[in-house]
Amino acid sequence: MTAVFLGIPTAPPGVGNLRGDRSFPDAARDALRDGQLRANLGHATTTIRGKRAGVVAEVPDWAELREAGRAIKAATMARLDDHLEELERQVTARGGTVHWARDATEANEIVTRLVRATGADEVVKVKSMATQEIGLNEALEAAGIEALETDLAELIVQLGEDKPSHILVPAIHKNRAEIREIFARAIPGVDPDLTDEPRRLAMAAREHLRQRFLRARVAISGANFAVAETGTLAVVESEGNGRMCLTLPQTLITVMGIEKLVPTWRDLEVFLQLLPRSSTGERMNPYTSLWAGVTPGDGPQEFHLVLLDNGRTAVLADEDGREALHCIRCSACLNVCPVYERTGGHAYGSVYPGPIGAVLSPQLTGVEDNASLPYASSLCGACYDVCPVAIDIPSILVHLRAEHVEAQERPTAEALAFRGLARVMAHPRLWRLAQRAAGLGRFLARGRPTLPATLPPPASAWTRTRDLPTPPRETFTQAWAREHGR
Amino acid sequence: MSARDEVLGRIRTALGDRGPLPEVTRGYRTTDDRPLPELLDVLTDRIEDYRATVLRCTPDAIGETVAAALADVSGDVVVAPGVPQAWRPAGAVEDDGRPAVGLTAFAATLTGVTAAIAETGTLVLDASPVCGRRALSLLPDVLVCVVTADQVVGGVPEALARLDPLRPLTMISGPSATSDIELQRVEGVHGPRTLLVVLASDQLEPP
Repeated sequence: MTAVFLGIPTAPPGVGNLRGDRSFPDAARDALRDGQLRANLGHATTTIRGKRAGVVAEVPDWAELREAGRAIKAATMARLDDHLEELERQVTARGGTVHWARDATEANEIVTRLVRATGADEVVKVKSMATQEIGLNEALEAAGIEALETDLAELIVQLGEDKPSHILVPAIHKNRAEIREIFARAIPGVDPDLTDEPRRLAMAAREHLRQRFLRARVAISGANFAVAETGTLAVVESEGNGRMCLTLPQTLITVMGIEKLVPTWRDLEVFLQLLPRSSTGERMNPYTSLWAGVTPGDGPQEFHLVLLDNGRTAVLADEDGREALHCIRCSACLNVCPVYERTGGHAYGSVYPGPIGAVLSPQLTGVEDNASLPYASSLCGACYDVCPVAIDIPSILVHLRAEHVEAQERPTAEALAFRGLARVMAHPRLWRLAQRAAGLGRFLARGRPTLPATLPPPASAWTRTRDLPTPPRETFTQAWAREHGR
Repeated sequence: MSARDEVLGRIRTALGDRGPLPEVTRGYRTTDDRPLPELLDVLTDRIEDYRATVLRCTPDAIGETVAAALADVSGDVVVAPGVPQAWRPAGAVEDDGRPAVGLTAFAATLTGVTAAIAETGTLVLDASPVCGRRALSLLPDVLVCVVTADQVVGGVPEALARLDPLRPLTMISGPSATSDIELQRVEGVHGPRTLLVVLASDQLEPP
């Protein structure tokens, strides 16, 4: 059963950041030519893979935690409506206000209206994938409201007028020297002697943001988790920018995808173990903030929670694909992916890059709008192995490829070729003839192990992204017939 | 139709004929029966791994240990209102509930905690009088937390079982840090750049 069939809308086009303007192979080709990018990514992903492996290995019950995480998410999705209603009741009972947004446009309108009502023309933001997804900063800017990203990596991206390329570290594609250049250019009054030492760069960000935190009246955050039974929200972070935003302003607006909740307080005991080790490779991240509604005398006195659909219910409608909603945005799958490590995140076009992005983005938008992403994988399975909630990403990729092929109204050249191949393989005589004909390919190869990539179309559509091995001098059946007769 | 009803309606359509609720098996560890001295050692090791400082003492020496920890800090010290008099260094100011921004005037903060998790080196503050409001442990650049042995648990599940989910909670694991530049950890960004933990227990000799 598909969402299209059930009439459940996907994330609308024209708003937000779920669709690239180029297909993955086209965008990836440019990325692969960028030697600096590949060096930066290779260095960063190697570092984080080692850290994650170390802290996961020291947990004797990691497999049990992972299974519990998977099961809790599956159980949550199975009763998502009930849990959301409970969350709404609990948040409201503790002085918060809950808003519902069908899609990105509606969520942006709600947040803009809430900010305007405070009279503020600037907001401080905690890094949040949901607000990136809906293009909230762009919407606020259009309304004359300045949104200041306060996470260091997000700040680097914002100051560099760049796009995020990683779920956890949006500026992973930049090295320290490039970051130093961005700061020197874009931070007013920055120390001209600023070096590219990470500590000095972090201090420059601290100085730049300090006064903005102290004067901010409105903060906007995402949420890592929300507990339905208590109305407790959780933000997991490292730098303290999150705590600044969640504690100092008068008004806090949290935008959260509807899939981010867990039913019970106890469920957090699983995810607060799985997330930090999978994400930054730490036993625990420096700061986790938890709050329920409004607390007199401590923190924001006005709290709004915006619950966002934007295609999530369409994902939920697909029994084979809905597991993608279990994602806790740790980004472990990006760091181990041989494709991501070489292309980086921009090639995926969506704010959700890497293996999880390749299954999530096409489902949120409808597969026709991100048709190349399910193919942006070698199906090696490393993503599944490291996923802390055991999302079977390779299987969903295959499922989406099938969905994409079935959606084609006219057969593609590839489909015709395979149809022809099926006929040939079904007839031994044709197959032997074809094998002999394939032997002619040896002339094209001129002694090299693969055929040239520049074959004429339509063969080029295949060889552009794949090595086509030179046909052997002798096939197995020919060799068998020669040695054993018949 | 309201957005609320529409989203809930979509979920019900998507789930269709909802089957039985998937079962959740909690086969992971929920208790830790290591003896307390071992837990205290693990806690110390993990906190120091974050490049924070741990000072161990007996409960009757908390005050002098705090004073020693703060000896190098120049500037005023603010304490959470519920911090016992015996812990407070000379001249410390009790948080008077001034606007949070005013807390930047202080060089250091002294609070207690509500729980500490050995396995992850995590302190939990719950905005109770001894922990203080959230801004208190955030704005001054040095944070000193006193942990007593009875507050130390082995793992995350035991800690969460002790906490009240309706209070504002802050879990602190080391000083503020970032890994955003080439994924290398750097301690000290927006939160306190220095974390000092005074760990008090009868079961160890004074340092």
